[in-house]
Amino acid sequence: MQLQQMYQEIILDHYKNPHGRGLRDPFDAESFQVNPTCGDEVTLRVRLDGDQVADVSYDGQGCSISQASTSVLTDLVVGRSVGEAFGKLDAFVELMQGRGTVEPDEDVLEDGIAFAGVAKYPARVKCALLGWMAFKDAVARAQGGS
Amino acid sequence: MTAVTAPLDVDALRADFPILGRTVRDGKRLVYLDSGATSQHPVQVIEAERAFLTEHNAAVHRGAHQLAEEATDAYEHARARIAEFVGASANELVFTKNATEGINLVAYAMGNASTAGPESARFKLGPGDEIVITEMEHHANLVPWQQLAQRTGATLRWLGVTDEGRLDLSNVDELVNSRTKVLAFTHQSNVLGTVNPVEPLVARARSVGALVVLDACQSVPHSAVDFRALGIDFAVFSSHKMLGPYGLGVLYGRHELLAAMPPFLTGGSMIEMVEMTRTTFAPPPQRFEAGTPMTSQAVALGAAVDYLSVVGMDRIAAHEHQLTVAALDGLAGIEGIRVLGPVDGHARGGAVAFVVDGIHPHDVGQVLDDQGVAVRVGHHCAWPLHRRLGVPASVRASFYLYNDLADVDAFLAAVRETRRFFGVA
Ligand SMILES: Cc1ncc(COP(=O)(O)O)c(C=O)c1O
Repeated sequence: MQLQQMYQEIILDHYKNPHGRGLRDPFDAESFQVNPTCGDEVTLRVRLDGDQVADVSYDGQGCSISQASTSVLTDLVVGRSVGEAFGKLDAFVELMQGRGTVEPDEDVLEDGIAFAGVAKYPARVKCALLGWMAFKDAVARAQGGS
Repeated sequence: MTAVTAPLDVDALRADFPILGRTVRDGKRLVYLDSGATSQHPVQVIEAERAFLTEHNAAVHRGAHQLAEEATDAYEHARARIAEFVGASANELVFTKNATEGINLVAYAMGNASTAGPESARFKLGPGDEIVITEMEHHANLVPWQQLAQRTGATLRWLGVTDEGRLDLSNVDELVNSRTKVLAFTHQSNVLGTVNPVEPLVARARSVGALVVLDACQSVPHSAVDFRALGIDFAVFSSHKMLGPYGLGVLYGRHELLAAMPPFLTGGSMIEMVEMTRTTFAPPPQRFEAGTPMTSQAVALGAAVDYLSVVGMDRIAAHEHQLTVAALDGLAGIEGIRVLGPVDGHARGGAVAFVVDGIHPHDVGQVLDDQGVAVRVGHHCAWPLHRRLGVPASVRASFYLYNDLADVDAFLAAVRETRRFFGVA
């Protein structure tokens, strides 16, 4: 059974008890992303404090993978510089697009390494990246807009 | 019409579909319950396409050599066979890329009619005119009409859906009125399985002079359908949902209407005469088949129609009904399941969509897949319908002639396993 590889305990924990969920004020930019094939959606807000990611808040509906990966995202990027956060984003995207061939670095991705099994299911990669794409877009808006 | 029908010999049928013999996800028997999206192909259809390509291949309706003659005959013979299958004449069937293109063809032709001469006046649309669809449409029978309304200034209106997944006909006389130019609706919902009542809708449309467009994508593959008897004006269906190849759809139009309708795509093969500054068009169906057509595909769809006819559409419908009722009964016995659409077998086909309390459809589909059960998850190209029913997405199992009760059992066991796996059982 390969299912356990995909649905790691860490993922199910984040799904059942998401971190940082709920939209908060104040924020600098908001991004709405939707997965057109399944209708999953996320609205994500970013507040920057200079070069620091001061807060990430979000709301949305979707499968365990999309919800859990957004929860992990907030753990990984809040309190870090935008550069560090984007480094993690790049590492996560590389992991997810690697079709299961990329060995994740736990120091960089922490709980994010639990998604390594998801990378073997191409149909679910978009789910895992939904919140991360919203984050990337929101930061770009925040930096471009002010 | 209650012909005594012997049950299908599914084991014998399955032997015609090589793909059903393969395994998935580490040796699991493939339980293919996604025929609503696309069907599998029997060797007879694959072989027919191969035989055309290896023995008769040439460009149709062009050239005077023997192969061109044979290819043209094969292509037109297929058209005649397919027409007979749906109760139409050969000159009423247009081959398109898929059903979606067929609907767009009608919608764009109607748009083009607005700038064409008086011969196409009955297709003209503008401000004050109305297009009526339903809330249960596949995007293919929704977006083209919505966009046509936006381009022409016409108004889009729609029949609602009841909580149990039937069309709400309570205000049909108000919605379909003297301003209505087109009434477009699905014969059978690809999500709910609901079979819509064509007769009263056609009667209402007739009484106000509106054209009726029927999306027959989910009915023609699964039951005996006679377009002329239904009294509709246009209909579409897709080859790949009825054992045929990809890249081919069929548009039916009453001949008198096709003869008056301006073209959608223009170019080679659809002309009568071309000068540098003007063109006159060929009669239908050629007028609507610009460019080199899908030839081997049409021939193979002819073979698919032969295959279905030999098995018998009434037997296929009865067989699917049995599977559908078994699936509905089985789901009713599992806690936390909500079936979208009619929960009994009355006037419904073999699409069973549902949600599982506490588990996202995507996650349900993943566990089913792990058990070898292939279903569709998402909104199934019917996003407004899902919104209406208050769910973001659903899981859909859909049946066809090659499914059996073992497939239904495997499906139900996998649904139970899903609840156990996610700890909601
Ligand atoms: C009811 C219905 N209408 C239209 C379509 C569109 O068919 P196609 O994608 O082959 O054009 C489908 C299938 O996807 C369908 O189920």
